[in-house]
This record gives sequence, C-alpha cells and structure tokens, in this order.
Amino acid sequence: MIFFFAGIYACKKEVLNSIFSGFQKPSNFPEPAYHFTTNSVTKEGFELGRKLFYDPILSADNTISCGSCHIQTSAFTHHGHIVSHGIADRMGTRNAPPIMNLAWNTSFMWDGGIFDLDLQSVAPITNHLEMDETMSNVINKLQASSQYPSLFKKAFGSDQITTAAFLKALSQFMLMCISSNSKYDSIIRKQGTVSFTADEQEGYTLFAQKCGSCHKEPLFTDNSFRNNGLTPSMVDDQGRFIVTQLNEDKYKFKVPSLRNLAYTAPYMHDGRFLTLDAVLDHYSSKVELSPTLDPLLQQENTAGISLTTDERTKIKAFLNTLNDRGFLFDKQLSQP
Amino acid sequence: MKTLSYILASGILFISFSCKKDNKYDSSVKSSLSVEFDNVVGSSDLQLNTGTYTNALSQSFKITKLKYYISNIKLTKTDGSVYTVPQAESYFLMDESNSASQKANLSVPEGEYKTISFIVGVDSLRNTMDVAARTGVLDVSAAAADMYWSWNSGYIFFKIEGTSPVITGMGGIFQYHVGGFGGYSSATLNNLRTITLDLSARGTAKVKTGSQPNIHLFVDVLKALNGSTNIDFVTTPMAHSPTAGQPVCNNYINMFSHDHTEN
Repeated sequence: MIFFFAGIYACKKEVLNSIFSGFQKPSNFPEPAYHFTTNSVTKEGFELGRKLFYDPILSADNTISCGSCHIQTSAFTHHGHIVSHGIADRMGTRNAPPIMNLAWNTSFMWDGGIFDLDLQSVAPITNHLEMDETMSNVINKLQASSQYPSLFKKAFGSDQITTAAFLKALSQFMLMCISSNSKYDSIIRKQGTVSFTADEQEGYTLFAQKCGSCHKEPLFTDNSFRNNGLTPSMVDDQGRFIVTQLNEDKYKFKVPSLRNLAYTAPYMHDGRFLTLDAVLDHYSSKVELSPTLDPLLQQENTAGISLTTDERTKIKAFLNTLNDRGFLFDKQLSQP
Repeated sequence: MKTLSYILASGILFISFSCKKDNKYDSSVKSSLSVEFDNVVGSSDLQLNTGTYTNALSQSFKITKLKYYISNIKLTKTDGSVYTVPQAESYFLMDESNSASQKANLSVPEGEYKTISFIVGVDSLRNTMDVAARTGVLDVSAAAADMYWSWNSGYIFFKIEGTSPVITGMGGIFQYHVGGFGGYSSATLNNLRTITLDLSARGTAKVKTGSQPNIHLFVDVLKALNGSTNIDFVTTPMAHSPTAGQPVCNNYINMFSHDHTEN
C-alpha cells in the first residue's frame, strides 16, 4: 500500500517536473542577448527567483516586493501609476517598465545605465525612493530566514547565500517572463487559421512604414536610445545623458516595446500620456524640435509623423494584435 | 703551480659568488611583500572626524570618509623584469576607518624591486565581468556596497566625504565620488588612472623568504582637493558622476608618493 502511494506520488512529481521546460526561445524571436552560459535557467533557480520577486523582504521595511510595482496582470508594470511609489510612499520620477522579454534587452532602465540583467536588481533594492534597503541587509535577512538557505542550496549548491546566487535567481525568474503569444505572433508563426482583419493588415503596413524602424519587429524595439520630441518636464530628466554624459544623448530614452500596450498605460518614460490616442497625438502634432530630436522624426523641417484619422485607427487596430493576455495569467509567473 | 692555485682559488671564489647570488633570491619561490597606503593630509596624519584641515582656498574642513580601490599591481625588478600580480588577487579597498585594509599583502617572486605601478579604481574588464566574479572587496552586498553605482553600473574608484563650515546647505557636507571606467556600449569618460612610483631613491623592496618587506607609501589626500583644479567646497560640494568627479581624479594622480621601504 505504501509503495503504491509512493509510486503515485513519484509519478505526480515527475509530471510536475516535466512541465518546466526552462528557457525556450520563441521560433519567431532572434537569439537572446542574455549570457545563459553563466546562468542557465533551472527549475529550482527559477522558482527561487519567483519567490524572491514576490517577497517584500527585499525592501527596508519589508512592505514592498518587486511585484508591487511590476504587476503581472498589468504585464509587469505599475498600471495606472504615472510614476511608482516606493516605501513610505516616496515617489520616483520614471514609469515602471515591464518585466517582459528581458532576455533580448541589451541594456536596462530607461536610460540604459545597467548593462547586465544580473546587476539590475541592485538598483531598485538600494534606491532610496524604491525599496531603500542595503544589499548586505537583504542577504542577511535571507540567510537568517527559515526557508531561503535550503532553497539556495537546491538551486545553487550552497546554503551560504552569495550576492551572485541571489541576483542570478532573480534573473532566472525575469528571463522566463516571455510574452510571445499575441495574435501577431500566431500569425507570424502561422499557427492555426488566425489572420489579421483588413484594418489590422493595413495598420501593419502603415506601422512598418511609420513606426517600425524604431519599434522593430518582432520585439518592437531596436534597443536604441532616442529623443522622441517630448517637451522636458519640471523634473528635466535628461535620460541617456545622465549615464553617458555625452551631449548627443540629451533627452534620449530607450525605445520601449509596444507589446501589451493595452495593459501598460500610462506611456513614456515619465508616464505622461494616459492613452494611446495621446501618444499618437504627440507623434502626429506635438513633437518638439530640439538639437537631439531623432532624425526619423523630422522630415523636411517638419517634426513628427503625419497620420490621418483613418491611419490612426488602423495602426491602433494593429497594435491591439500585440496584446498577449495569456502572459498576464500565466500561473508559472504568478505569486506562488 | 702557483698560477694554478690562483686559477683554482679564483674559480672557487667565482663559484662561491654565484652560489651566494643564487642563494640571495630564488625567483621560483614566492614570498610576502606588503604595500602600505598611509593616508595623510599635507604634513599631518589623517584623523577621521576629528582632524581639521585647510585646502588651497583657505577653506577649513574635516574628513569623515575616505575609501579607494587599488588594483592591477605590477612590480619591476632591478633587472627590468616585470611581475604582474595575478588579476584575481589584485583588488584592494583602502578604507581609512579600517587600518587593516590599508596594506595590500602580496605574494611575489623573490627579488629586488625598484618600481611599483597600480590602477586607482577597478579596471574596465572587471567592471563588466559576470556578477560571480565580483567577490571579496568587489562584492556589492558587502565591502563594495557603498563603492558601487547601481544606476550606472560601475564601481566608485575613490570616495572622500567630509564637512566644511563654508558649506551652508545640506548639513555642511561635501561628497566627492569618482568613477567611470569608459562605458560598456558607448565610449564615455574614463577616470581610470595608472600610478607608477620609482622606489630606487628611497629604498628598493628586497623580497626574500624569511623577511617581510613593506613598501610604505604616503597618500596625501590634500592633493586630491588641491591641484590642477582647486576644489571649492562652496561652489562644488558634490560630485556623483564621472564628469563631476574628473577634476578630483586629475588631482589625485599626484597624491601617491614613496616614503620608504622597510626591508
């Protein structure tokens, strides 16, 4: 009898194990930029990373987790928040970007100040306006907890929690946050019988002409930094310039992906636009000329992108095919 | 016969001389050598929090924190051969509040060394290495916690903080943080500097098993504030980026001097 149950239990466990397939590149995506050779995604590492991602132990007063501002049902953004608030309701100056397809990112943050995903988590943990914790205290808290040392041992072979193991576990979770199952993807991969509507198809053509050089398929970003003609706000955030201190980088920000726009409003680095219409208004009529304005946004002394009402409707129809609802409810990525 | 004995005698002498030479240094054997970074302010010993000093602009100040990285140490022997301390063993964080940190303890081949060179800061290669290679003084959860820019990935090479009565805002504090390894994807400001010091005038380092030679350097932090740019606490109390820190960097290249060697 005992053997019988043990047999069932073992089978069940194997079935669960087999569900985790590690990092899988979608067939219509390019090779990832991340260095998997020094951090291959394992079930144990991923699950540890997920637990850490949702654990407020990472913040100074144990109130805020990564998941507090990167909410799965908003495609891992802080939907509805122009900028996010950290512990003690301190406000930042930038809109929380999505944790999505980061394996293909060549840099992180709106200004690209971080060049390795493994180093990314240090920034929000130690930022005074965000989690305001010290890295050493995080490691100490984890080491002193009843659960984490054994989880680190399972994932990385030692119950002595190191900075590298901690950061790599978080990377493993974030690398698995892949959004690649939008209607657009199904059509590109020729899955089933799904196809674009006439508006979506025309929108796709218009998009390729007017938006696609920066928002490059299939990730809908070319990972570059560009000044898209936003009028600087009171904060006067100079973007990429803060990192490189090169004058040519003034007011440039990373080109964001356009996947999951339906769930990630507000838009732009400072969340100034609450709707897609406001974004399209900006590109069609409010682009401000400045020395570093992107050349693609100034054609013959006219700033912006010409868009008729009909074109806008069609482009929006196409953009809606980039929404991946399954990503929002993927249980594997949810708080355990 | 007499001639032969002279020849024999000189031969013996020659042999014994070469034996002696071989005995003196065996370059296949490593032995300890320390390099001491003795922080001073002008002609005074540096006293954190309590010592009061004056810069070139006659502004009085106190120092509350002084930390800097020394890395990539190279030593040149009197015969011209160069020994490079292996990269992994070549990172040191000098912290004025921790006297044990102010000596770089090395293990180098026996020999007489006439020159030392090192980088102030953390080289660009290590600055871009996998997080697993960032251990010891480079661990951002430990020793490097306040020597790292998380928002602009990179180590802070040199950090001096203190107070001055001439600074009216922000509690009268000044903070000069120097970093910038040249950029990862686009070429940006590089504040890495290599310092080379000749030891021959004030004593070469004679590294030999059984002895504990110590190269005693003076690090005059007043020279980080005074120099090609005299740092003005009133106009520039803060530097927190590669550009802002560059004047301090260009000053501190002159703050290292060899005082003596204890052999």
